[in-house]
Amino acid sequence: MIELTVNGATHRVDVDPATPLLYVLRNELALNGAKFGCGMGQCGACTVLVDDRPVFSCLYPVSSTAGRRVRTVEGFGTPEKPGPLQQAFIDRQAVQCGYCIAGMIVRAQALLERVAHPTEQQIREHMNPNLCRCGTHMRILDAIRAVAATGELHRAGEKGPAS
Amino acid sequence: MTTDRDEPVSRSRRAFLAGGGLMVSFALFGSLRVSAGQENTLGATILNPKLPGDLKIEPMLDAWIRIDASGVTVCSGKVELGTGVRTALWQVAADQLALPLERFRFVTADTALTPDEGYTAGSHTMADGGTAIFHAAAQVRAMLVDAAARKLAVPPERLVLENGVIKAPDGRQLTYEDAAAGLDLHRMATETSPPSDPSAYRYIGKSVPRVDILAKVTGGAAYVQDMRPDGMLHARVVRPPNHGATLVSADVDAVSRMPGVVRVVHDGDYLAVVARGEWQAVLAMRALQASARWRQTETFPDNATIHDVLKTLPRLDYVTTRQGVDGEVHQAAPVANAAPAAASTGARVERVEATKQYVLHGSIGPSCALAVWRDGILTVWTHSQGVFPLRAGIAGLLGLPKEQVRCVHVEGSGCYGHNGADDVAADAALLAHRMPGAPIRVQWMRDQEAGWEPLGPAMETSLEVATDADGALTAWRHALWSTPHNERITNPGRLLPAWLVSQSIAPSPPSPIPQPEGDADRNAVPLYRVPDVRVDMHFVTQMPFRTSAMRSLGAHINVVTIEAMMDRLAAAHGKDPVAYRLAQLDDPRAKAVIQRAAEAFGWTANPALPPNRGVGFAFARYKNLMGYCAIALEVEVDPDRRAVRVDRVVTAVDCGQIVNPDGLTNQIEGGIVQSSSWTLYEQVRIGAVGVESVDWQSYPILRFPQVPARIDVHMIDQPGMPFLGAAEIAQGPTAAALVSAVAQATGRRLLRLPLVPHLWP
Ligand code: FES
Ligand code: FES
Repeated sequence: MIELTVNGATHRVDVDPATPLLYVLRNELALNGAKFGCGMGQCGACTVLVDDRPVFSCLYPVSSTAGRRVRTVEGFGTPEKPGPLQQAFIDRQAVQCGYCIAGMIVRAQALLERVAHPTEQQIREHMNPNLCRCGTHMRILDAIRAVAATGELHRAGEKGPAS
Repeated sequence: MTTDRDEPVSRSRRAFLAGGGLMVSFALFGSLRVSAGQENTLGATILNPKLPGDLKIEPMLDAWIRIDASGVTVCSGKVELGTGVRTALWQVAADQLALPLERFRFVTADTALTPDEGYTAGSHTMADGGTAIFHAAAQVRAMLVDAAARKLAVPPERLVLENGVIKAPDGRQLTYEDAAAGLDLHRMATETSPPSDPSAYRYIGKSVPRVDILAKVTGGAAYVQDMRPDGMLHARVVRPPNHGATLVSADVDAVSRMPGVVRVVHDGDYLAVVARGEWQAVLAMRALQASARWRQTETFPDNATIHDVLKTLPRLDYVTTRQGVDGEVHQAAPVANAAPAAASTGARVERVEATKQYVLHGSIGPSCALAVWRDGILTVWTHSQGVFPLRAGIAGLLGLPKEQVRCVHVEGSGCYGHNGADDVAADAALLAHRMPGAPIRVQWMRDQEAGWEPLGPAMETSLEVATDADGALTAWRHALWSTPHNERITNPGRLLPAWLVSQSIAPSPPSPIPQPEGDADRNAVPLYRVPDVRVDMHFVTQMPFRTSAMRSLGAHINVVTIEAMMDRLAAAHGKDPVAYRLAQLDDPRAKAVIQRAAEAFGWTANPALPPNRGVGFAFARYKNLMGYCAIALEVEVDPDRRAVRVDRVVTAVDCGQIVNPDGLTNQIEGGIVQSSSWTLYEQVRIGAVGVESVDWQSYPILRFPQVPARIDVHMIDQPGMPFLGAAEIAQGPTAAALVSAVAQATGRRLLRLPLVPHLWP
C-alpha cells in the first residue's frame, strides 16, 4: 500500500511503487486533470505540483510522493468556484481542444505562487516545457498575464499555499 | 422497406424516443436511397441536392429536431474537435427555434441518434451543418407556430414566441411540447425557410461562452480518455517498426504471465495486451515489444530525396483548367502520365517552385478509444471525425452487420485531420469483440501516434505564370506532386489494424477530393484574374509513407506558391505587393479583407526596416469557397541563434455571417500559430527504417518563447449571408506571409519548408 496526499486528502492505493504518479491520479483516484501526452517528460500535459514545484507526473514514481503534497488542477477550484487561473482561462476562453490546458494551468500556478509579477519573458520561459498543438498560446499567455497582474496567487503563497 | 444503413438508425431512434410522442418510421428513406445521388466530399450521400446545407444528406426534419414530452432535442452529425462548433451550432439552433440555449438538449455524432453528416472536416461544419440546423430549426419553428395557432384558434401571425412558450394575445399560452403534441415532424425539409431577422438574433453574432470549457479547466470528465466504466480493462498495442514489416516471433507466453495481464492478442502481425491496470498494460506492452522480432520488407526514402522519389512513383494525372476570367473550373478524368502543359507565353514569364516535407498532426493526447461488445451490440466511444464511416469500417473489419455496431463521438485531443482516431477505435473494437462484456480502453503511446498516424503529405509544386507588359496575368500553369490527402475510411482496409491481422484487408485505391474543393490541388486554382489556368495534379498512388488529410490539405503549400509568385510579379513590374494583388482581383470581399489587413497593419510599399527584419503579406479564400483571409506580419531573424521571431501578425477575415466572434477569433489565432509552427519548424524525419520522428524531440514544434508577440484579428461580418468555414482559412496565408517576410529579412527567397532548418542547416 502506498499513501499519498493529493489536494489535501490522503489516499492509500495498492499499486506497484514504480507506477508513475499520472496513472495513479487518473485511474486509482479518478482525477481527470493530469493527462497522458507523451509519457516522456516532453509535453507537460501531465503536469502536477509536488511541494509547489511542477513535475511531469508521467515520469514521477508514485512512491516519491511520500511525505510530499501533490496538487492537481482539481485542487485549484471547482466548477462552482473556479480558482483565479481557471477563471482567467474561462474569461478569455483560453481553450481549443483543451487537452493541454490543465497542464498549462498547473505550471502557471507554480510560477505565480513564486513570482508576484513575472515579466512576459519570464512567463514564456517558464511555460516553455508545455506544448499546445491547437495554437491556443496567445490566450494562455493572456490568461496568465491577467492573474500575474493581480498578484493574488503570490499573496496566497505567502500565507502558505493551501493544499 | 429499409436499407442496410437505415435500419439501425430507426431501431435506436425508436429506443431513444421510447415514451415520447414522435414514434417515427424511416421507411421513406428506403425509396429515397434507391435513387440516391453521389457522395459529397465528406463521405455522406446526397439525397436531395436542392436543400440547404446538410439537409441535402438528411432531408427529414425529425432527424435534426425532436420534440416530445421530455423536451426539445437538436441533433447534429458534426463533432466538437476543439474548434468550438458545438457551441456555435447550439447558438444557431437556439435563435432559429427562439429557445434559450439551456432549454434544449443538443446531441452530436452518434450513429444511433444523429444525422449522418459524414466527416467533420474541411471547415465545413458551420457552412453545411450550421446551415442545415439554421433551416431545419426555422421550419420546425414555423410548424410549431401553425400547430399552436390551430390549437389556440388564433391566426399564427398573432402568436409570440418567448422562452419556449407560444403566447396568444389574450394571455393563453402553449409550451413547445404542448404545441408539438400530435405534430409529425417526420417531414421532408423544404428548399426555403421562413425568414429570420439578423438584427433580432439573441445568440448568433454574440460571443457566447463555450459550453465545454468549464469542465476542461476544472478537471471534469471531458474526453474519451476520461471514461472509466465499471469493469474496464486497459489495452496497449505493439506496432511493427515500420510499414510492411512482418512479425517473426514474439514471446506471448512470458507476457501473458506478467502481473495484471488478462490477455495477449497475437493475430498475424497484430499484437496487443489487455491488462487490469493501465500501467500494467504499459509494462506488458514494453515487454512484448522488446521480445518481438520483425522482418523489414520495404525500403524508405529520406528527407533529401523524397521529392525526387515522388516523381518516380506510379501516379494518376488530374488536369484542371479554367478558360476565361469567369470561366468554370473543369477537372478532367485522370489519366496515367498526362502530356505536360505547353509552356506559358507572355511578355514576361516567372517561375516559382516550392517543397514541403511530411508533417505530423501531432495531437498532444495520443489517440484513444473505448469499446464494449455486449448483448450483440459493439459500442465504440471514439474521437473520430466521422462516426458513420467509422462504423461501416469497423463492421467490415469484424464481419458484423452495421446495425450491430454503434459509434459514439466523445471528444479527444485536437486532431487537425485524419490522425490515429479511427485506427485506435478499430483497435478497441477488435479487442472488445474478442472479449465479450468487458469495456476495453486502448490508448496509443506517443511513438505509436507519431509512427503510425497518417502523415500530412510531402509535396512539390511548380508554378509558371505569364503576364503582359502592365503586369496583368495572362496564363497560369501550376504543377504539383503529392500522395493522397484523403485516405478516409472508405473500406475497412483503410483502418490500420486491418492491414496487420492475419485476415488482412487492403485499403481501397486512393482517390482525390475533386475540384473545386481539391485535394493536393486545393487552392491551386487562383482567385486572381487570369484567362488561362491549368493545374496538373500528379497524384502519386503508391505511398512510401501513409498520408491523409491534415488541415488545409494542399492549400498550405499551394498558397505559399501562389503568393510567392504574386510577390515576384509585383517586384518584376515595380508594384507594391498589396496594390498588385488588389489590381488582379475582382471579388469585392477578397479586396475588402486585403484592404482591411493592410490598413490595420499600416502596410507601406517600401518600409524602412532595420537589418534582419522583414514584412510579408498574403491572401487566400480557402478552397475559393470558404472564408477569406488576408495576413500581414513582421518578423525578425537572428542568424546567430538560428531563430525567426514573429513580431506581430495582423489579419482580416470574412467568414460570412459570424456566429460567435470570440470563437472565430480563437480559431484564426490558433490557425496562425499552428501554421507558423508547420512552416518554420516542422518536418517528419524519414530514413532507412521509415518514420524516425517518434517524439517531440525528433519532431520539434513551436513553443511559448517562439509564439508571435501579438496577433490582431479583424473580422468583417456579413449579417444575413451564408456561414463560411473558418477553422483552416489562416493556414495558407500565414505560411505565405512568413515565407515572404523571412525572404525580406534574410535576403534569400526560400521556398523549402520548413524554413528554419533549411535556412540554417
Ligand atoms: S505526458 Fe508527461 S510530459 Fe508528456
Ligand atoms: S488547446 Fe488543444 S492542445 Fe492546447
